[in-house]
Amino acid sequence: MTERRKRFAIETLPGFTAIAIAAFVMLYLPIVTLVAYSFNGGSSVAVWGGFSLHWYEVASQNAAVQGAAARSFIIAASAAAIATTAATMAALGTTRRGKFTGQTFIYLMINQPLMVPEIVTAVALLIFFASIKVATGYSGLGYLILAHSAFCIPFAYLPIRARLEGMDGAMEIAAADLYANPWQVFRRVTLPLLMPGVAAGAMLAFVISLDDVVITEFVKSAGQDTLPTYMLGQLRRAVTPEVNAISTALLGMTVILLTAFFLLSKKRD
Amino acid sequence: MGETFAVEARDAVKVYGTGVNAITALDHVSVTVSRGEFFTLLGPSGCGKTTLLRCIAGFETPTSGAILLSGQDITEEPPYRRPVNTVFQSYALFPHLTVARNIGFGLEMMGKPKAEIAETVARMLALVRLEEFAARLPQQLSGGQQQRVALARALAPKPQVLLLDEPLSALDLKLRKEMQGELKRLQLETGITFVFVTHDQEEALTMSDRIGVMRAGKLQQVGTPRDIYDRPANRYVADFIGETNFLTGVVEGGAVRLGSGDLVRAALGGQTGTVTLAVRPEQIRVVATNAPGAIPARITGKVYFGTDTHYHFALVDGTEVVARLQSRAQGEDDLPKGVEVGLQFEDSSVQVLGP
Repeated sequence: MTERRKRFAIETLPGFTAIAIAAFVMLYLPIVTLVAYSFNGGSSVAVWGGFSLHWYEVASQNAAVQGAAARSFIIAASAAAIATTAATMAALGTTRRGKFTGQTFIYLMINQPLMVPEIVTAVALLIFFASIKVATGYSGLGYLILAHSAFCIPFAYLPIRARLEGMDGAMEIAAADLYANPWQVFRRVTLPLLMPGVAAGAMLAFVISLDDVVITEFVKSAGQDTLPTYMLGQLRRAVTPEVNAISTALLGMTVILLTAFFLLSKKRD
Repeated sequence: MGETFAVEARDAVKVYGTGVNAITALDHVSVTVSRGEFFTLLGPSGCGKTTLLRCIAGFETPTSGAILLSGQDITEEPPYRRPVNTVFQSYALFPHLTVARNIGFGLEMMGKPKAEIAETVARMLALVRLEEFAARLPQQLSGGQQQRVALARALAPKPQVLLLDEPLSALDLKLRKEMQGELKRLQLETGITFVFVTHDQEEALTMSDRIGVMRAGKLQQVGTPRDIYDRPANRYVADFIGETNFLTGVVEGGAVRLGSGDLVRAALGGQTGTVTLAVRPEQIRVVATNAPGAIPARITGKVYFGTDTHYHFALVDGTEVVARLQSRAQGEDDLPKGVEVGLQFEDSSVQVLGP
């Protein structure tokens, strides 16, 4: 009797499934608990007091939450718009021309915010903006928008560049052949074909901005809490399921945007 | 004043790279294409034919030399200012635009009024027989249909010259044959000058008014399909276009003495010494060994091709010769291997190519 030897495969190791399940439990159980307790009727984040939408009501009527949500949204939308525009130009500049010296260096420069410790960026921005505040007296949301735009650029850049690199340069040549001047080529062919990448980049940038705590905490002026920094502030005091409710809303938003991002990134012509 | 040509390349040179890595894609190419002509650039890949086409379209600028369109120097003009359109090998249809918008793109970019665009698009759709596909997206069409959209898109702006970059190479054989006829018909109907690039000699022979054979960036010969086939300028052209037997011999009086010792008559045109004779397989007759002027040969093999059979012969010195004989009624011309026969070359069919 001959028995074929099983080839080595990591998924056949003993305990593989158990470890995978444990990892998922570790990852999602806390989130599931958080979401569950956002529907808690009682005022504890640990003791179940029956199902209720009470804390959603509380959160939505809280002026501080409303203000923070509005600020979060304005900053995220502005930062996403600025970062996506800059990232699109950067992606065009780095892919729609021949190889040039320093290309790799430029890639690294653009993606540096992914590598630099966030706290370093935060401190740098704090010091930098502080001197501008002193010089100009301006203390609006502009600083936060600029700061968010800066660290969102690499996140917007990556999907746009991926899309551009996968794009057939022949389309642009064909458009030029059909009497489209360089601007028309960009407007009528490059940009429409690039759109899924641009939308994906914008969404990723929006989500990254929406979630940011560290840089916002350092850069914001008084009364400029965003949702995450507001929550952080709340946690220092009494913790009620209101925080769970806000977290869940934020989570829902992120999940929707990331799903859209995923679908857009996968979209092919 | 001479004729103004639709397209003219004057001593065009294109060099890619510099120093030791420099590649000469076009090596002093001069050629003229007349108005309304179907001109084909023929050659293997890397021979420079596509580079020349891209220089005419404006996607490349020649390193030196000039490109003229209707007598005007357009060497430095960008592609969007040249009244020339291209049918790309990959079609390069805009995936986000409908068939109708694709076809109308050129006119739209020229700023033509909407009514005129709609009218032209409708006419183009009819011309390529795709009326019912106007609202489809390119990826919803078959390869052959996409090909026709690419053609219509390039013809819609009424270019002075239509450039076709191996447009049929992605199609299967049957569709390719069909499109060859279609292209020829479109060219006659529109009267537009076509510059067609291909590596397929049969395509070139069947469709072109004139052919330019290229090799390693140089034009080898320009002429009608007949010229090129019957009177190849050199061994390369003779070999590239169709099949040819090359026989080496020495001029002796008004004829050529082959290595086998046989004497072959040919129009020598003053050539002396060692020459190469080119004889097409279909211009060889198989006769009895004792027929006048017959060169003795032995059948070494044969390959049946349906409409004809290729016989392989060995001359007395072993030189291999291939003859193509049309298949007749079964068995009638079935010569077995090993048989001794005589070969006759039609005098006018023997080309003398130099050593």
